[in-house]
Amino acid sequence: MTVLVTGASGLLGGAVARLLVERGEQVRTLQRSLSGVPGAEDVAGSVTDPAVVARAVDGADAVVHLAAKVSLAGDPAEFERVNVRGTEVLLDAAERAGVRRFVQVSSPSVAHAGASLVGVGAEPADPARARGEYARTKAASEVLALSRDRGPAGRASLPGPHQGAGAAQGRSQPGDDGGTPAGDDDFRVVAVRPHIVWGPGDTQLVERVIDRAARGRLPLLGHGAALIDTTYLDNAAAGIVAALDRLGDRPDAVRGRAYVLTNGEPRTVADLLTGICRAGGVEPPRWRVPAGLARTAGGLVEAVWRVRPGADEPPMTRFLAEQLSTAHWFDQRAVRAELGWRPAVSIDEGMRRLAAHYGGTAG
Amino acid sequence: MVSSGGGTVPPGLPGLDPRFSHVLRVPDGGGAATHGRVAEWHYLDNGPELAARGIEPVGTVLAVHGNPTWSYLWRDLLNLATETAVAEAAATGERPGGVPDAWRVVAVDQLEMGLSARSGGVRSLPERVAGLGAFTDALGLNGPVVTLGHDWGGVVSLGWAVDHPDLLAGVALLNTAVHQPADVPIPAALRLALAPPVHRLGTSTTRAFLETTLALAHPRLPSAVADAYRLPYRTAGDRAGIEGFVADIPATAEHPSRPELDRIAAGVAALKVPALLLWGPRDPIFSDRYLDDLIERLPHARVHRFEGAGHLIAEDVDYAGPVLDWLGSGASGADAFTGPGGPSTSGLTSAPEAPDPASGPAVSPSGSAFRPMWAGLDERAGDDATRSEAAVLDMSGSGPATVSWGALDRQVRRIAAGLHLIGVRRGDRVSLLVQPGPTLTALVYACLRIGAVVVVADAGLGIRGLTRAQRGAWPQYLVGRTTALAAARAFGWPGVRISADPLDPVRRRALGVDHELVDVARAGEGLDLPPEPGPDDEAAVLFTSGSTGPAKGVVYTHARLSALRDVLAAHFGVGAETGLVTGFAPFALLGPALGTRSVTPDMDVSAPRTLTAGAVAAAVRASDARMVFLSPAAILHVVDTAGELDAADRDALERVETFLSTGAPISAEMLTAVQALMPHAAAHTPYGMTECMLVTDITLEGIRAAATAPDDGVCVGRPIVDDAAGGVTISALDADGAATGAPSSAEVPGVLGEVLVRAPHLKERYDRLWLTDVAAERDTPPGHWHRTGDVGHLDAEGRLWIEGRLSHVLTTADGPLAPVGPEQSIERAPGVRRAAVVGVGPAGVQQAVAVVEPPADAGRRDRRAGLAPQELDAAVRASSSVALAAVLVVPQMPTDVRHNSKIDRARLARWADGVLAGGRVSAP
Repeated sequence: MTVLVTGASGLLGGAVARLLVERGEQVRTLQRSLSGVPGAEDVAGSVTDPAVVARAVDGADAVVHLAAKVSLAGDPAEFERVNVRGTEVLLDAAERAGVRRFVQVSSPSVAHAGASLVGVGAEPADPARARGEYARTKAASEVLALSRDRGPAGRASLPGPHQGAGAAQGRSQPGDDGGTPAGDDDFRVVAVRPHIVWGPGDTQLVERVIDRAARGRLPLLGHGAALIDTTYLDNAAAGIVAALDRLGDRPDAVRGRAYVLTNGEPRTVADLLTGICRAGGVEPPRWRVPAGLARTAGGLVEAVWRVRPGADEPPMTRFLAEQLSTAHWFDQRAVRAELGWRPAVSIDEGMRRLAAHYGGTAG
Repeated sequence: MVSSGGGTVPPGLPGLDPRFSHVLRVPDGGGAATHGRVAEWHYLDNGPELAARGIEPVGTVLAVHGNPTWSYLWRDLLNLATETAVAEAAATGERPGGVPDAWRVVAVDQLEMGLSARSGGVRSLPERVAGLGAFTDALGLNGPVVTLGHDWGGVVSLGWAVDHPDLLAGVALLNTAVHQPADVPIPAALRLALAPPVHRLGTSTTRAFLETTLALAHPRLPSAVADAYRLPYRTAGDRAGIEGFVADIPATAEHPSRPELDRIAAGVAALKVPALLLWGPRDPIFSDRYLDDLIERLPHARVHRFEGAGHLIAEDVDYAGPVLDWLGSGASGADAFTGPGGPSTSGLTSAPEAPDPASGPAVSPSGSAFRPMWAGLDERAGDDATRSEAAVLDMSGSGPATVSWGALDRQVRRIAAGLHLIGVRRGDRVSLLVQPGPTLTALVYACLRIGAVVVVADAGLGIRGLTRAQRGAWPQYLVGRTTALAAARAFGWPGVRISADPLDPVRRRALGVDHELVDVARAGEGLDLPPEPGPDDEAAVLFTSGSTGPAKGVVYTHARLSALRDVLAAHFGVGAETGLVTGFAPFALLGPALGTRSVTPDMDVSAPRTLTAGAVAAAVRASDARMVFLSPAAILHVVDTAGELDAADRDALERVETFLSTGAPISAEMLTAVQALMPHAAAHTPYGMTECMLVTDITLEGIRAAATAPDDGVCVGRPIVDDAAGGVTISALDADGAATGAPSSAEVPGVLGEVLVRAPHLKERYDRLWLTDVAAERDTPPGHWHRTGDVGHLDAEGRLWIEGRLSHVLTTADGPLAPVGPEQSIERAPGVRRAAVVGVGPAGVQQAVAVVEPPADAGRRDRRAGLAPQELDAAVRASSSVALAAVLVVPQMPTDVRHNSKIDRARLARWADGVLAGGRVSAP
């Protein structure tokens, strides 16, 4: 099976690509630079460029779409262009190329309106209520991707304007789709939303936390007692691949649906930050900022950063303040049952691996 | 005067569908002023709705509101009855003879009230009863009919019931009364309302009576609901009916409506149809006194007192569900509503069930015939060889006072006959507020002998708990020492007061004492005793400890009490020569029944920590007893005071053969410590509850053997009663943590579930808590099983392990999780004094959270409420047998008031939920 992984230069994209290479798939990657994934065929370029994308999907049986603009602040138009337009370009090209399976990697923030999420399932993505440009555009792209899911002739769910061209007919190898016969008009889409992915080499969360803590600039918001679900990198990658596989062998159970993916072991913010700091060999945070103040400050910082584009990431945004001071953890029963996946690496084991990587201590 | 008014309800009243609203013109047979006219009745009726759907109901509920409400009171019943009928019809299809559980509800507005016509006349009780009959005639109502009434509407509904025996299939009542004893003043609130100037101002001119009634709801009525109640009473003219109704209360014997009230009251006592009494005890008008009167008239009634609910019980609690459940129970045969000619007219509710060796214990566990509780006493007193031997020893005062079998027997007979002489009859309740000792023993056996029902509530409940218990059981007689009599007086406990001590006339008057026990006994000297009660007559109402909600009365029949005696004797080998030392009140009273001498050590039984090792030894020496019962709280102090024992004390204690710790769990360490004092005694600690005092039993050796087992929880040993007569089973939990009722036996060990027990000595039922009774048997296997509310499992060896309360079970994504096992593992961690494991998040995906209390000597920082410091967090996680989402600290566990030992996990769970959602961190 040939799988295109977009955004493979990122932490999670790279992990997914490596996992697929390891089990013998033909892996092609699409990102602006090199993926760094041994054994993968890199295509360099942007997901917003139709020509590049058409080249990347040519001959692919499946797409795992991770490429996105991930940032706490920035130009709304840029978020829109990369996250929404990029997804649309990719979907169009994939359908034209006869791709059968499409895994849209999304984020739980697409359905998060700011309040605590306690033991909830995957609510529908809602661009109107999502907080911040990233979440809003990811919500829009998830809605778009799921709307393209279309069964074989006779039970087409959403015909839509982008009919598959059948160009890839005959290219997919026998048995690729686990014995489920696929008609020409079969485009299977699933959305997977891993929540706060972390692991060795993670520049988004782990290294930022370690770096700030080392400089004494990492406060706890509120009491740090909000319970938060996270996902260890390898588990997230395995979950995404499981979703890809289920689109092959049990498409009707999963297609058109969105799944929140986590370790299923919510921990308090304080616990997680402490664990990461210790693994990184730095002192855990000792000072607190009241949660309400952080939210207000976050809103201000956001506004300031908006008028000075191009600058570094803001130290705090309202979205981040909310993320770090309200609970969000999820009901994992459906995702585990339907994807046939369980996290293999526990939070504690993940911390040990983090410590081994950064030379700190675990526990 | 021309009838005015009468209309359908406007839309938008909360909970009331205007489609139920109808008007019927009926020839008015009311007062002289209106005779010959037509009255317009407004009423709510789901009949047309059911007919439109082709549903034929099995019967009709005729609901009558009181004053100053209107048919709006019954909206929930109309809604639920309609929903149930529709659902039932969909499930069963149409059937000739009516859809089971489909009930029509007709709720009238009484004339001059609600949206019914105002004639300007005053309607007396006989006119109201006759008028309701004219209404149902005009409506063409045919049977079977179940009446339902509230407040003075209860009287009117019962009047209709008495007058329509051919249609009547049952009566249901919410707070009401049909009888006003001549010697009891009517409630103060009504007395005031009846005072003429107050009356007019309060009821009609102003809205005070209406507003006061609406203010009786607990919690407060939502304003839209209160407005709906006010709707028909907006002008003084509208309120004239309220005034007329109040004026018609037959408060005195001379009142014109009094003969009708008396006629109805007498007629109710003759009713044999199923009856339901739902009661809100917080009612300043219709207090428990009136409930007791109704129970006396309708002894077969299903009764439920909703603790905390008041006069507006229909607003305070869900009454509609219980009413429909009760109506539905006709289908299962518990109560039959087949109407006239059917079983409902033949005294159905106490109809004997199919014989069941465990549930109908007319035979003792050993298979022998029923032996009454006093049989052992009779035998020992009747035998010249034993007549003068000690039966009860009194250790209070300077030295042991001995009461022989002969003397005890004589005293029991004197008191029994004396009580009968002053009017105590079979079934009458006698509250005994006397400390254990010879007087209490004689009183108990005297009451049992004449069929009076002994009410026992532990002083440990505190004054509030005791008051609640006395009001709930509503004894006709109360026997107490001075302190109890003073409390009875101060807190208005019911019952004719009998002083256990002689009193001077001044004190006697001050305490409102009617009799002195010494006089009662003297008067009974030489008199014949009334016939003995039978095995199925009620014998006792024992109150639970109140650690899991308000204390509940538990009813035991003679057969069940005798079975308790027999199972105790058989399991522990109690014989005539055993001798009992009992520092645990319930067992203190079983000595005479067992035919063996008993002694209570010198102590304050309501304060077990007053018992010393010396007092136990003195009691053992005086009685040469071979068996000692103590509560865990007493044991603690006995062990602490062991140093005061002398050689003779120790010699006496060495002769003890059996030792029982009863009433609450005890640690192996504590049991070991007390066994060191009685080295030749087998130490037992049975597991049980007020509802079934002996369920399982384990010895100290058994506890030690269980310590090496891998099981979670506390091992409480093997069932005392074998499977043939009852036993213990586990009702497995489903994913939501609910007990499914599917029993799992020892053949499938390890299944977590609710502990169900069945035994000949199990309670008969709860007292005046019908819904609790139903809940305690819901989803249990056939037979008289009891849901204990405890969860645990049986192991492969048939031992029962308790793992917590059902309400404390966590429902995680991996299934239900009982807290006790993990708590035990966490309490082994350094820096943890006590631990509670609670769930946060929604049912089915809950996360386990440990809440720990550090030792008292921990630093202030370590005792602060909130997330545990890192070291403690790590220690707790390392020790815990389950994965934890978080470890929280509380400076002190919230506990129940009663024991100061049972952790209030529900409160902790709410607190943890808030903290871990990112909320504020305060102490729980």
